[in-house]
Amino acid sequence: MEQEPVLKVTDLSKSFGGVKAVDGVSFTLQAGETFGIIGPNGSGKSTLINLITGFVKPDRGRVFFRGREITGIPPYQAVTFGIARSFQMARPFYNLAVFKNLVIPLYSPRAKRLKGGKYGDRDEVAIHLLEEVGFERDSLVPYKLAGTLPHGYLKRLELARCLALEPDLIILDELFSGMSMSEVAGILPLLEKISAEGKTLIMVEHRLKELFRVVKRVIVLNFGRKIAEGTPEEVMGSPEVKEAYLGGEVAEGAGS
Amino acid sequence: MAKMAYRKERVDRGIKARTDDIFALSSFREILYLVLPRLLVILFLLPLPLFLGTYWQKVMLITLVIALLALSWDLLASVGLVSLGQALFFGVGGYLAGFLSTRWGWYPLFTIPAATLAGAVFCTLLLYPALRLRGIYFGLITFALPLLFMRVIEATKILGGTEGLSSLPPLPGTTIELYILLVVALGCVFGFRRMFDTDYGLVLKALRDNDRSVEAGGINVQWYKAQAVFLAALPATFAGAFLTHHYQFVGMPAFALDYSILPLTSVVLGGAGSFAGAVLGACILVPLSEVLRAFGTLRVVIYSVVLVIFVVGLPEGIFHYLQRKYHQFERLVPMEEVSNGARAGFKGY
Repeated sequence: MEQEPVLKVTDLSKSFGGVKAVDGVSFTLQAGETFGIIGPNGSGKSTLINLITGFVKPDRGRVFFRGREITGIPPYQAVTFGIARSFQMARPFYNLAVFKNLVIPLYSPRAKRLKGGKYGDRDEVAIHLLEEVGFERDSLVPYKLAGTLPHGYLKRLELARCLALEPDLIILDELFSGMSMSEVAGILPLLEKISAEGKTLIMVEHRLKELFRVVKRVIVLNFGRKIAEGTPEEVMGSPEVKEAYLGGEVAEGAGS
Repeated sequence: MAKMAYRKERVDRGIKARTDDIFALSSFREILYLVLPRLLVILFLLPLPLFLGTYWQKVMLITLVIALLALSWDLLASVGLVSLGQALFFGVGGYLAGFLSTRWGWYPLFTIPAATLAGAVFCTLLLYPALRLRGIYFGLITFALPLLFMRVIEATKILGGTEGLSSLPPLPGTTIELYILLVVALGCVFGFRRMFDTDYGLVLKALRDNDRSVEAGGINVQWYKAQAVFLAALPATFAGAFLTHHYQFVGMPAFALDYSILPLTSVVLGGAGSFAGAVLGACILVPLSEVLRAFGTLRVVIYSVVLVIFVVGLPEGIFHYLQRKYHQFERLVPMEEVSNGARAGFKGY
């Protein structure tokens, strides 16, 4: 019997004003896959994520998560079903201590159900999660205000926020941007571990070299349309993709 | 260097009890350090009604009513909802109490709790559609609603129209009333502060920082905001119901602008986000405006100048200023120390 796909997106479309941000995108994801979404700036990658996670309502098309339709559900419900996402611009709670930032997702119905825990316990779980994403053990960093963290740490905090939700599908929106080479190198084994645990991973990235070390399959977006799908090698060999990245006046993003 | 330069340095008092979340107190001195500021306030406020004359008892009553409204405002602001219309809660509570006692002849013992709860539910339902609005847009809705209710009552002549509802059953006397209000106000201060220390309160606090991240954390933002509105409405509808029975009258002034502006200025003066600051602000503003009555027309001028001086000079609010002074001390450190350290490697200097 064919396994039910974790995520099935059919003909998803969204326009802002006259601009077609996402235009008829379809793809299917099997459980445990690592999947990349790439494309030049403004090609609709983030909007696609927002459509899947319910932050933006689609004009057309449908989204299925494990066979259940989730088109246009509110974002918190997507989390309850098991989809966690990070934001391209890290959005921590600046006025809370770093580890307290994780108490909020840990308080969600899903985390309560899967992780249990009462008041006070969540602090320990939070510290543990921070260690997992590479915050130094026994340092004072988790106790500082989140507003004082440098950008690389904020990105890792975003990842920890996703992990706190015990998701089946993790969508990371440009996790590597703003991270140094060594920080990325530190986070790669963790991503491999997450994938080995059977979780499905979607990564939106500009840094292709690092991305291709994690993902097995990618789709390429340009002007909201899917222009290629396949393994990284297949996709980067496609003349259409080369043109999207290098042709035209904007060659940005090709360097990485 | 001829002149010795100094810089100010702030140092936290070295008491373990100050670190968040660690409640293991090791000595009576530390317990006293934490309890004393709270205890002094309570010990000052509790006997106060017994020493006041009739006039100042009334002033204290109004002060506490405004303090309750300010607490309500502060709770809403803590979750990122800036209200410009506390009069909405106040008026709804007041009119509900008046309605219940004129229509069914209920005693204040029942009308006040009923009006508090029903009023809070009513206001929450009313504001529910506006909860997805942010910043000033939510404020404008809350600003408009009490004015709208006032005109609806005037135009439709329901609930006594312009005459209001009068001859309501009285409360047992100002001294007892003051104690009821005191207990409720102090209960709200300590209760709300405690609540914001729990994980539940943390979620509410996070709503102010960034509600999209809270949503991405799997939490139903709209539902939590509604809970916050309900909790914030409680002290305000209570204040409305209580003052209605105190005056034995409720009319259109219950929706007046005063009940929206005074709580807001109290919190701004006292310091937002601490709840104690809200009460402190009310305890300064209301008696001050009474004292200034002697100046006749100049009263508003002096009142406004005092307000401006405090807001400009102490934007953090009086309470946060006092709290900082209590928990930290300042000392002067000679600049030489620092510069020498910084230039340690520079031999030729």
